[in-house]
Amino acid sequence: MMERLSADVAIIGGGIMGSSAALFLRRMGLSVVLLERDLCGSRSSGVNFGGVRRQGRPASQLPLSQRAQGLWAQLPQLIGIDGEYLRSGHLKIARSEADLAALESYRERTQDFGMDLQILSARALRERCPWLGRAAVGASLCPDDGQANPRLVSPAFALAARRLGADVREQTRIDEAAHDGTAFVLRSGNALEVRATHLLNCAGAWAGTIAAQFGDAVPMESGHPEMAVTEPLPVFLNFSLGVEGGGVYARQVARGNCVIGGGRGYALDDQRARAQRSGIAALMQQTVDLLPALRNAHIIRTWSGTEGYLPDRQPVLGPSANTPGLIHAFGFAGGGFQLGPAVGAVLADLVQSGRTATPIEAFSVSRFSESPRVATTGPVPSAVV
Amino acid sequence: MTAALQPVIVGAGPAGVRAAQTLVAHGVRPVVIDEAPRWGGQIYRQPPPGFTRSKRTLYGFEAGRAEALHSAMTNILDRVDYRPETLVWSAEGGRLDVLSHGRMGTLPYGQLIVATGATDRVLPFPGWTLPGVYTLGAAQVALKYQGCAIGARVVIAGTGPLLYLVAYQYAKAGARVVAVLDTASFKDKALAAPAMLRQPAVFAKGVYYLGWLRAHGVPVHQGVRLVRATGGAQVTAMRWRAGAAEHEVACDAVAFGYALRSETQLADLLGCRFSYNALQRAALPERDGAGRSSVPGVYLAGDGAGIMGADAAEWAGERAALALLADAGKAVDAARAAELEAKLARTAAFRVGLERAFPFPQDWAASAPDELVICRCEEITAGQLRQCVQDTGAREMNRLKALTRVGMGRCQGRTCGVAAAEILAHACAAAPDAVGRLRGQAPIKPLPFAAMARANGEAA
Amino acid sequence: MALLQRVAETGRTPVGFVLNGQALTALAGDTVLTAVLTHTAQLRHSEFSGEPRAGFCMMGACQDCWITTESGQRLRACGTFIEEGMRLVTGEEGHE
Repeated sequence: MMERLSADVAIIGGGIMGSSAALFLRRMGLSVVLLERDLCGSRSSGVNFGGVRRQGRPASQLPLSQRAQGLWAQLPQLIGIDGEYLRSGHLKIARSEADLAALESYRERTQDFGMDLQILSARALRERCPWLGRAAVGASLCPDDGQANPRLVSPAFALAARRLGADVREQTRIDEAAHDGTAFVLRSGNALEVRATHLLNCAGAWAGTIAAQFGDAVPMESGHPEMAVTEPLPVFLNFSLGVEGGGVYARQVARGNCVIGGGRGYALDDQRARAQRSGIAALMQQTVDLLPALRNAHIIRTWSGTEGYLPDRQPVLGPSANTPGLIHAFGFAGGGFQLGPAVGAVLADLVQSGRTATPIEAFSVSRFSESPRVATTGPVPSAVV
Repeated sequence: MTAALQPVIVGAGPAGVRAAQTLVAHGVRPVVIDEAPRWGGQIYRQPPPGFTRSKRTLYGFEAGRAEALHSAMTNILDRVDYRPETLVWSAEGGRLDVLSHGRMGTLPYGQLIVATGATDRVLPFPGWTLPGVYTLGAAQVALKYQGCAIGARVVIAGTGPLLYLVAYQYAKAGARVVAVLDTASFKDKALAAPAMLRQPAVFAKGVYYLGWLRAHGVPVHQGVRLVRATGGAQVTAMRWRAGAAEHEVACDAVAFGYALRSETQLADLLGCRFSYNALQRAALPERDGAGRSSVPGVYLAGDGAGIMGADAAEWAGERAALALLADAGKAVDAARAAELEAKLARTAAFRVGLERAFPFPQDWAASAPDELVICRCEEITAGQLRQCVQDTGAREMNRLKALTRVGMGRCQGRTCGVAAAEILAHACAAAPDAVGRLRGQAPIKPLPFAAMARANGEAA
Repeated sequence: MALLQRVAETGRTPVGFVLNGQALTALAGDTVLTAVLTHTAQLRHSEFSGEPRAGFCMMGACQDCWITTESGQRLRACGTFIEEGMRLVTGEEGHE
């Protein structure tokens, strides 16, 4: 017997994007069905590094990121738990003079966004961060950036949405998605049919398939950032750490475990990913250079996840170029966690009024449907990394 | 057409050694990886050099089998590539990840026999993290491997055939066993007798141990429930209940366990398909009668893919090696292979009998108090798990782990996984096979950063 | 008070080591776990509750028996043999 549901909004994907959208839509009084293939927050949203960070984002993301920062401040009111969210500060290390110049330039370019970045000299760094290895020549500190526990936060958004009346369906894979002229029609096997006026495509690394079905093909690729965690250690790392140029990041949770990330894992299948040995070895080497205190520590667990990457490393966020009523939010290239609550708010804005005060033009899906360049015999322009 | 043979055996207990012996007998030189310094596994663990007790003293009735197993390996040592003190911590792309003497490396394999054995199955009671409380296996290791008793007044508790064996070994070694507390009743054993008589020698040993203990004044209580261990800096007493009455026995050590659980992490990382085994009350990697897993070239032998006992593990090791050889196009003795499979099949009825004689305490989760620590690495209590189920509706082990941290500690769920699954199933009124299993994640055991220290000497 | 009781194999070469600054003797072939617990009743303290821990499985599975050296190295007591001159610490109540 097929169950039939009807709602204002159907959302495919129960990660932090879809779940926060569900929450904000419910607050606006719209009816919502949230469809998640596995368990809400079990994918990227639940296994990422846990950085809640504005610093380092391209300027085009900063308004969205600032809006998110304001929402993170209200996390307990939104989702009922603190999610271990801490404004520990984000320290971005420069390992060369060129890196330091890049950090200084970034600070200058982004002054209007309220991040209050402070450049630390090598000497200041030694004083404030005696645990930092020799390679650091300076750093940029964003005092109000921080960290949280994605395993707690992301599922909690879905739970909060459910408590406000969203119909959340887990273990529900969408097999068919179409528009029949009146409404979006989604089917899960023979068990469930959902009709909705609006459809939000929040399917993470798997959103490209849905986008293509509705005429918005995008060149998205999957990637698998690697993570590892240590046993509980005496607390020494008082900032969330990154490096200019990328490659390794680290934070220490209150219980003492150090979470480290960097490098690439590999896909086991289209849904699961795993850390790989070369990446783990490199990660351990880089981390112990950066944080010599780890030389007596152990990795007790590694993992990876599946992220969606577009060639310019910017997400797709905004209405479909072809199908009215369809709105996309995917391709966050490993940096979506902090943006999550604001993405949900923007999606809710767009459903409610077709507009949002947060600038999102840079994330338009239309940028991939521009007419193709005329073929030349010259060098192929490389993708922006 | 013979496939290239590059077999690696992980584990040098009964299954691993017999597998190695079989491969060598067919002219093949396997690599044998052993986490321990010397072969023998747990049951036939050899003491360090310089220890002098005889095998009769160490292994009792099993001395003959122990000697046979040890010399089987000694005799082929020059024809295998034996890698002791080597941990396999992951596998990827046809290579094992190993850690040996503080250095990381990889080892290619063409075929793999996974003989990773088992550890004690733990259902905790309040106070189980006190110093002096150990597993039954630990109590045996202390005695066999180090010549120590875990205490001067020892309680042996839980259920399973190991219970009586350990009590007997301890009492014979001169340690004082102040009580044997068996959660299985006499009636459980009586009902199981017909099935257990399938292996009359094993049955007889059990009867012998029990008789011997009684004759030597060791108090044996059956059909009890373990209530709590008490103490401060170490355990000083064990409380237990028989019927309506609660009792207490003063002690300075407790050894407990409820039979064994398989070490399946490597099979998991290799991608073997798992399915739930109701008798073992666990998800186990699937294997056919010869030990073939769902992954071509990966064979599973011994307790590491389902508890079968030491004798059966030897047959399984030999059978898996024969399958490996046959699958690679080598001629093997088909009659012997069939004989081994028949012996293995016959043990199945005995295992059913054992479970009936020493049943898994089905009411354990229901009677576990909220303050009971389930995950000793992270100190997560039963109450925290139940609260999570109530607050979030969690019904799956990996979700429970993500939300409560159970199984996130150094042992990665090895110790707490069974108990956590029981608590979860009970809390959401689900069957034990309906809550999933903890997803395997590398490293199988903790990896030191020091193993990655630079060559320029920045070592720990 | 010691946890482990020697019941056999006592005729082995003595091995000197230091525990919490105190010079003690073990026997060659002792694991660190045996060496320490034939003298005292803990190897470390839990990071969270601060309660004492003295291992659990003795076969390298439970990961309870980690002990720290004076120089900050961590080793698994049940899987490491005691060596002459090892300097070990069990930490204080409430600290690791």
